[in-house]
Amino acid sequence: MAFTFAAFCYMLSLVLCAALIFFAIWHIIAFDELRTDFKSPIDQCNPVHARERLRNIERICFLLRKVRGVPIKGRKEGKKEGRKEELVLPEYSIHSLFCIMFLCAQEWLTLGLNVPLLFYHFWRYFHCPADSSELAYDPPVVMNADTLSYCQKEAWCKLAFYLLSFFYYLYCMIYTLVSS
Amino acid sequence: MSAPAGSPHPAASARIPPKFAGATASGAAAPSGPGPAPHHQNGPAHSQMHVPSGYGLHHPNYIVPSGHFPQGPGKMTSLPLESQHNDYYSGLYTVPTQNVVTPCTANQSGAQQMYGRGPPAPHVVGSTPGSFQGAASSASHLYTSASQPYSSFVNHYNSPAMYSVNSSVASQGFPSTCGHYAMSTISNAVYPSVSYPSLPAGDPYGQMFTSQNAPTVRPVKDNSFPGQNTVISYPSPLPPPLSQQQRQQQQQQQQQQQQQQQQSLSGYNTLSWSAPGLPSTPDSLIRNHTGSLAPTNNNPTNTVADSLSCAVMQNVQPRKSSPVVSTVLSGPSSTRMPSAAKHPTEPVVPVTQPSELLQQKGVDSSSTTSSASPMPNSYDALEGGSYPDVHSSSASSPAPDPAPEADPAPAPAPAPAPAAPQPSKMAKPFGYGYPILQPGYQNAAAPLNSGVHPSSQGYSGFQQYPQYPGVNQLSSGLGGLSLQSSPQPESLRPINLTQERNVLPVTPVWPPVPNLNLELKKLNCSPDSFRCTLTNIPQTQAILNKAKLPLGLLLHPFRDLTQLPVITSNTIVRCRSCRTYINPFVSFIDQRRWKCNLCYRVNDVPEEFMYNPLTRSYGEPHKRPEVQNSTVEFIASSDYMLRPPQPAVYLFVLDVSHNAVEAGYLTILCQSLLENLDKLPGDSRTRIGFMTFDSTIHFYNLQEGLSQPQMLIVSDIDDVFLPTPDSLLVNLYESKELIKDLLNALPNMFTNTRETHSALGPALQAAFKLMSPTGGRVSVFQTQLPSLGAGLLQSREDPNQRSSTKVVQHLGPATDFYKKLALDCSGQQTAVDLFLLSSQYSDLASLACMSKYSAGCIYYYPSFHHTHNPSQAEKLQKDLKRYLTRKIGFEAVMRIRCTKGLSMHTFHGNFFVRSTDLLSLANINPDAGFAVQLSIEESLTDTSLVCFQTALLYTSSKGERRIRVHTLCLPVVSSLADVYAGVDVQAAICLLANMAVDRSVSSSLSDARDALVNAVVDSLSAYGSTVSNLQHSALIAPGSLKLFPLYVLALLKQKAFRTGTSTRLDDRVYAMCQIKSQPLVHLMKMIHPNLYRIDRLTDEGAIHVNDRVVPQPPLQKLSAEKLTREGAFLMDCGSVFYIWIGKGCDNNFIEDVLGYPNFASIPQKMTHLPELDTLSSERTRSFITWLKDGRPLSAVLHVVKDESPAKTEFFQHLIEDRTEAAFSYYEFLLHVQQQICK
Repeated sequence: MAFTFAAFCYMLSLVLCAALIFFAIWHIIAFDELRTDFKSPIDQCNPVHARERLRNIERICFLLRKVRGVPIKGRKEGKKEGRKEELVLPEYSIHSLFCIMFLCAQEWLTLGLNVPLLFYHFWRYFHCPADSSELAYDPPVVMNADTLSYCQKEAWCKLAFYLLSFFYYLYCMIYTLVSS
Repeated sequence: MSAPAGSPHPAASARIPPKFAGATASGAAAPSGPGPAPHHQNGPAHSQMHVPSGYGLHHPNYIVPSGHFPQGPGKMTSLPLESQHNDYYSGLYTVPTQNVVTPCTANQSGAQQMYGRGPPAPHVVGSTPGSFQGAASSASHLYTSASQPYSSFVNHYNSPAMYSVNSSVASQGFPSTCGHYAMSTISNAVYPSVSYPSLPAGDPYGQMFTSQNAPTVRPVKDNSFPGQNTVISYPSPLPPPLSQQQRQQQQQQQQQQQQQQQQSLSGYNTLSWSAPGLPSTPDSLIRNHTGSLAPTNNNPTNTVADSLSCAVMQNVQPRKSSPVVSTVLSGPSSTRMPSAAKHPTEPVVPVTQPSELLQQKGVDSSSTTSSASPMPNSYDALEGGSYPDVHSSSASSPAPDPAPEADPAPAPAPAPAPAAPQPSKMAKPFGYGYPILQPGYQNAAAPLNSGVHPSSQGYSGFQQYPQYPGVNQLSSGLGGLSLQSSPQPESLRPINLTQERNVLPVTPVWPPVPNLNLELKKLNCSPDSFRCTLTNIPQTQAILNKAKLPLGLLLHPFRDLTQLPVITSNTIVRCRSCRTYINPFVSFIDQRRWKCNLCYRVNDVPEEFMYNPLTRSYGEPHKRPEVQNSTVEFIASSDYMLRPPQPAVYLFVLDVSHNAVEAGYLTILCQSLLENLDKLPGDSRTRIGFMTFDSTIHFYNLQEGLSQPQMLIVSDIDDVFLPTPDSLLVNLYESKELIKDLLNALPNMFTNTRETHSALGPALQAAFKLMSPTGGRVSVFQTQLPSLGAGLLQSREDPNQRSSTKVVQHLGPATDFYKKLALDCSGQQTAVDLFLLSSQYSDLASLACMSKYSAGCIYYYPSFHHTHNPSQAEKLQKDLKRYLTRKIGFEAVMRIRCTKGLSMHTFHGNFFVRSTDLLSLANINPDAGFAVQLSIEESLTDTSLVCFQTALLYTSSKGERRIRVHTLCLPVVSSLADVYAGVDVQAAICLLANMAVDRSVSSSLSDARDALVNAVVDSLSAYGSTVSNLQHSALIAPGSLKLFPLYVLALLKQKAFRTGTSTRLDDRVYAMCQIKSQPLVHLMKMIHPNLYRIDRLTDEGAIHVNDRVVPQPPLQKLSAEKLTREGAFLMDCGSVFYIWIGKGCDNNFIEDVLGYPNFASIPQKMTHLPELDTLSSERTRSFITWLKDGRPLSAVLHVVKDESPAKTEFFQHLIEDRTEAAFSYYEFLLHVQQQICK
């Protein structure tokens, strides 16, 4: 029964993993909101609704944007959301933090499980589907059904992965604590 | 009538098919119609008379179909001896009249339209309401026995198929089982055209509706009473030429004429109508017809009526051109059919009454109106009037021709007529005989086959492509030429590409016709508006994956139309769950319920829908225009708007930096604006504003009351504000003088400027602020890279990389400033149109974003200079004229729906995707095309048909909320072979091009090129594996795909995708923008230009348009081997024409056409053909003018001498030849073959 660095890593990851799960759930909700639109034809034709809808899409996309993005001048929504932006980068950085910690703790199995996702995150970050370098999710493109469904699938897969890893970390933490 | 009972009477059904044209017709019919069996020969005459008057009233320019149509219909109605007959006639007549009306040239086109569209309407009448599947099966039965069909008509909607069946049957030779219908096969054989009439009958109804709506209709009705008068009024230029031979000739001519579109319309209408016809001629015609018909038809009156109508039509047409006559004839013949059908079932009387009712109501309640009639403006006219669907019209035209021939045997004629129109479409069915299809389908096909009217087959093929001169020949029995007409499914015939040297047909390539039954074919949406890459939809995604072909739709939703039923109704009937608009492909379970064809939900028919204002009948929801036409426009009620419809607002943002002043575009723009100020679409609320910018932003206060325009300069470009927000956008009419002053002063205001900077970004921000409260259109003119403020750009192009074969960079935007701005604009219903007139690199890739995402359009004029480059200046001038005066829709949304099981994913075009099936379009213009990719999510095994519907909701320039709905219906197949048989190569290529553009931007150009080559390799190898008995060494393609490798090669050599040839980055990006936003017809010319030899033009196969004879030379393949030194060749590249003059070209040609004595004296730069008074000059000019018509971008003409430096421009379009950097066609085939064998 010893409190090793590995045990500490697992405890910290446990907490952060909960945060990641929150991010994943938030993604799912955001994309679901994008997908469902009011079916009322009257609302559809309403320019006011059009504006709201557009803002909504942009808001969600900007929430998901990368840090590099500069707050847009003159955009009310942009200013409002300025603080909250960058949900993507925290997620990526938290996950990268895991990997570094496990590397330091020499937990090779756990690291091995996380490396694929780490690489995916790198790829996603540096090779985003949008033609603009600032947005990971591009408002004009995100509503294309295949892009949207891809994003949704991605979010669900991540949720599943984080949930599983949450329990795995829990198990590992207890195991490390007990075994040592 | 059927109306009273509410029960579906056969007669009623026959009448029901109202179309746009029908409205007018209906109006005419109504007058004559009321009395049962009133022999209103006079009546028709009156109607005719009216028509002329109507024409006179209308401006010649007005294409307004309604006006013309009504007249036509009126004539028709008056003609019918009996009331029933009258109705039919009116319907039929209306159709022909429509044709006539639209363009005199239109005769052909009109006829085509009639058939294509008109016929569908009739069909609808019969069976539209019924479920397709059910109808299909019943239809098959019907086909087998003519008598049955008729009965069915009377009884129920189911019979819709009947009409078509009858027609087809008739062609086969119905022994007058039905007394009325007595059709003689012989007659059919003799006059294949006869079959058409049946279709027209349906059309007439449709037309009837429109006519009602149209104001013109009323007069017609009134006048219609005295039949004699009408006769007189029509000066029958072609008096008694009704003889069959003459008719046939006329038909041919008509077909040719059909090709000619709008132009002819105006002229024809006025002339033909105004001219007093010879009364005697009609009579003679009538007699002839009656004589022949009488034996067969029970009702002599009917035949007579037909003949009369024919005569009338002829008269009308003759003035403009003889071909017109034929169309007229067809109309009558069709009428005959319906009448005959009615007679057997019920007394004639009922029919006539409804027609009258309809007409009267039409005027009053006017459920339907032709848009054209109400609208005075050229825009309106365009909208209503000229159907760009020349193709469709042409298709219809063939049908008319047959009709005239049919006259001899009236009863048979009707049947044949339907067959004829169908045949063109049917051609495929012949060969195909899809086993998979429902029995109904097979039957339908079978009858056609049995009928074996060569002409009919030809027609079927032609229907869609009326434009082509060859149509007549083809129709006359050449099925062989067209892909589809051969008895064996031509589209499936394996072709060894490496051995087939001449893949390219001599006539233009027509879209394949979906393998549907006749009625559905007639009802189906025009391929010009709506095309699918696979006209046979595979049942499952697995089959689609096996076929390796792209599945998607190509849309041209806001096309200028000559006929468009406009429906005003309190309740717009839509499915309660999926919100689909009611359309011709829904099924009526009973009188009170209909089943949605997209989600299969059963809906109630609202009470209002039970009443048909066109026919003034009750209880026939299946005869409503909504159910008779696959393209309709609704006037939306206030439910569809939360704020009042916005006015038309135009803002011009002009670059006035030194560079811009030097280029001199301001003069041209201001001149164009001054000329077209009154033609800007809009109502009395129209507002307009101007801004200019260099390093500062200048606003112009044009508030009414000022003595002269006031210029306000804002130099704070970091935080732009509006100096006087209220007076910058002013009412066009209240401040017209000030606006004119400004436009006159503008070109000279900045002549001495030394400011070289351009603050485009801040100017756009200001424009956005200015437009935010209302929305509208911003037109930006830019001449250089923006160099100040937000959105400034740096030059990214490395000239040394222009001809690189490796990596082409910078195809994407450098900043997302313009994209964000565009999204903001889109949210405020503002579209930004970009005119880039630049001599150097201007980073179009970044600038174009402002238009791409705000649904604007992009114009690019490389190396523009008003004096140094006069051809560009002229092009700008012409483009501006079209741009300023074309129709426009504001605050639009477009929703695309498809049958459950299919789903849309990627969209292509200029818009913002607001929801998975909803496109947000701040502006919509008639030149915008869209593409959608589809996937099959669920197996379609439980359905035999799939439907697609686009609904475009927009605010017209007159402040009306309107919804334009297009519905396309396609069959589902389960075998791979059938999928291949139904490939629409052109649509597939256009979709692939769109996908390749996306790929080049998101990935790289070389990826996109590889993907294009792989598309060919995959699809051909997939096909090869389905054909087991072929030697593997050969490159085998199905007939439907034989042009696929050629087109892909053309794409690879297109500016957008080529490598190795020096291509400026902006040129490349512009080509990509065009691929994304051009409609299919224009895009195909960009991809694969048409080459004609023009030094030996003859009138053989020529078509008539607007009193002009347009020769139709055969297409040449794009290879230098076709160029001879002794010839002169014309290449049509969409926005550019090249005339290549060979060294040894005949001096006579050079002198007659170019105006120079010999080859040596032709100047290097020549962009105009002189107007010389020689035959060959006239032919050449009329041919070029005809080609130029209806283009969104005006074409520049270049005369290229052999051995002049400019000839490389010309030769790079010869895509079958080898270049330093690219394969020749044969090499490409070998390359593909090699890839397949790997």
